[in-house]
Amino acid sequence: MAVFFQQIINGLSLGSIYALIALGYTMVYGIIQLINFAHGDIMMAGAYIAFFVVVYLKLNIWWAFIISMIGSALLGVIIERVAYKPLRNATRLAPLITAIGMSLFLENGGLMVLGTDIRSYPGGLITNAQLPLTLFGIRLTATTLQLLILAITIVMMIILQYIVHYTRAGKAMRAVSYDADAARLMGINVDNTISLTFALGSAFAAVAGILLGLYYNNIQPLMGIMPGLKAFVAAVIGGIGLIPGAMVGGFALGIFETMVSGYWSSNLRDPIVFLLLILILLVKPAGLLGKNNTEKV
Amino acid sequence: MLLKVENLDVYYGAIHALKGISLEVKEGEIVTLIGANGAGKSTTLNTICGLLRPQSGRITFQGQALNGLPAPAIVKLGISQVPEGRRIFPNLTVKENLELGAYLRRDREGISRSMRDVFRRFPRLEERQKQMAGTLSGGEQQMLAIGRALMSRPKLMLLDEPSMGLAPLLVQEIFNIIKEINQQGTTILLVEQNANMALSVAHRGYVLETGRITLQGKAAELAANAAVKKAYLGG
Ligand SMILES: Nc1ncnc2c1ncn2[C@@H]1O[C@H](COP(=O)(O)OP(=O)(O)OP(=O)(O)O)[C@@H](O)[C@H]1O
Ligand SMILES: [Mg+2]
Repeated sequence: MAVFFQQIINGLSLGSIYALIALGYTMVYGIIQLINFAHGDIMMAGAYIAFFVVVYLKLNIWWAFIISMIGSALLGVIIERVAYKPLRNATRLAPLITAIGMSLFLENGGLMVLGTDIRSYPGGLITNAQLPLTLFGIRLTATTLQLLILAITIVMMIILQYIVHYTRAGKAMRAVSYDADAARLMGINVDNTISLTFALGSAFAAVAGILLGLYYNNIQPLMGIMPGLKAFVAAVIGGIGLIPGAMVGGFALGIFETMVSGYWSSNLRDPIVFLLLILILLVKPAGLLGKNNTEKV
Repeated sequence: MLLKVENLDVYYGAIHALKGISLEVKEGEIVTLIGANGAGKSTTLNTICGLLRPQSGRITFQGQALNGLPAPAIVKLGISQVPEGRRIFPNLTVKENLELGAYLRRDREGISRSMRDVFRRFPRLEERQKQMAGTLSGGEQQMLAIGRALMSRPKLMLLDEPSMGLAPLLVQEIFNIIKEINQQGTTILLVEQNANMALSVAHRGYVLETGRITLQGKAAELAANAAVKKAYLGG
């Protein structure tokens, strides 16, 4: 039982990070039906921006979050305008292949500019203490970092829900994702709304990148690949295009992964995650929260 | 002249959908555009709204050229469309749909006044304002689409087959509402396959056949025209 509860705690941290990344995948998919394969690499860029802010500008971690979110949002918007927007009326395959190309470009560009060194955030950036915890008489440990990850994720999700449901821009996003031409007839600028979606998703990825860098205590130019893929799986498991689906899928995947590692072996973790994806898609093709209408891609 | 369309040519790829059509709408009028399936009625409305780009021709609204303007700019000038098939946002609430109709307006006071006007006109929408729009009946969805278009306070409202798929009683109700909206000062360009009904509320009409205007005139004259009777009025 101790393993079980301990792995829930660990899974919630990992799941938070997956959920934050998955939100970006799902929002972009919701609005232009594109799997933005470069999304994990935007997360990497976010982790590096924060690194430079704390190391060279010597600002604290909160400034690093803010500047990295802004920088990543800009990067996301530039990628969308340069690489995806010109293909808006092309076949569905064209932007998908472009996204894969963009991902490779960011990864290799990252390796070229940043080198292959693994770096880590300076110590003492956040206080990371062990918190002893007793649950049903079982002694467990959580760290303040784990609590911070969970807290930041929950706050970000509340902010996102607020934006999507209660602001003018959020309503425009939902309208465009449902019917772009009808949205135009309302006077909505569809291009700007799509850009805003990329900006939001990328800012969320930046937060995830920093949290991941803190959690594993390292950042490197290829750090976006595996978590990006996993978060994509999380988004699909939850129901791609659905914001609550990304949240549920992220947490579910994080907990599932840590359970497999805890009870079985970490070597089996990744194969089992992808097996799970296949099984879920066989049973519920539209994802856990999705309605089963025929999806494209 | 409120709206003037001159020699409009519109293509979908190689398909020549509108072949040099011209039409006019005067302030205060209800003008109807009737024609069979595929004649080009929706294409005409969508080109006026800026969703489609004409190959050639001119569209002017209150003397200003609309050619090349994006759809939002055209909404801002005072044209709104109730599109074919309603195209409401089913995943948004009734109230949110109406708010989106007022997307370009910033006068909160005025927006709530317009919302109250819409609710007075369509009490059913007020009762269901918190409901997802997708759960409304067909007739209610049509009312929502009309209400949403009214929220931008248009000078010219384009309606694309508002009677489609509705029971006869509801069709009558929708046409009464269109007449009422017109009497309260909104000019209307009405596309219909239900030529009978359309000609009964309109002042003037145009007949569109495979991308060309083949007949035009006062609504009563068109309704009495033998060719129109044969083709569109069931005898
Ligand atoms: N997106 C499109 N791509 C290619 N051709 C199109 C497209 N939309 C319409 N068309 C063609 O253009 C012509 C005019 O279509 P349009 O929709 O304007 O007709 P309509 O008069 O509104 O017909 P209906 O009464 O069925 O709504 C038709 O031949 C149609 O097949
Ligand atoms: Mg049509």
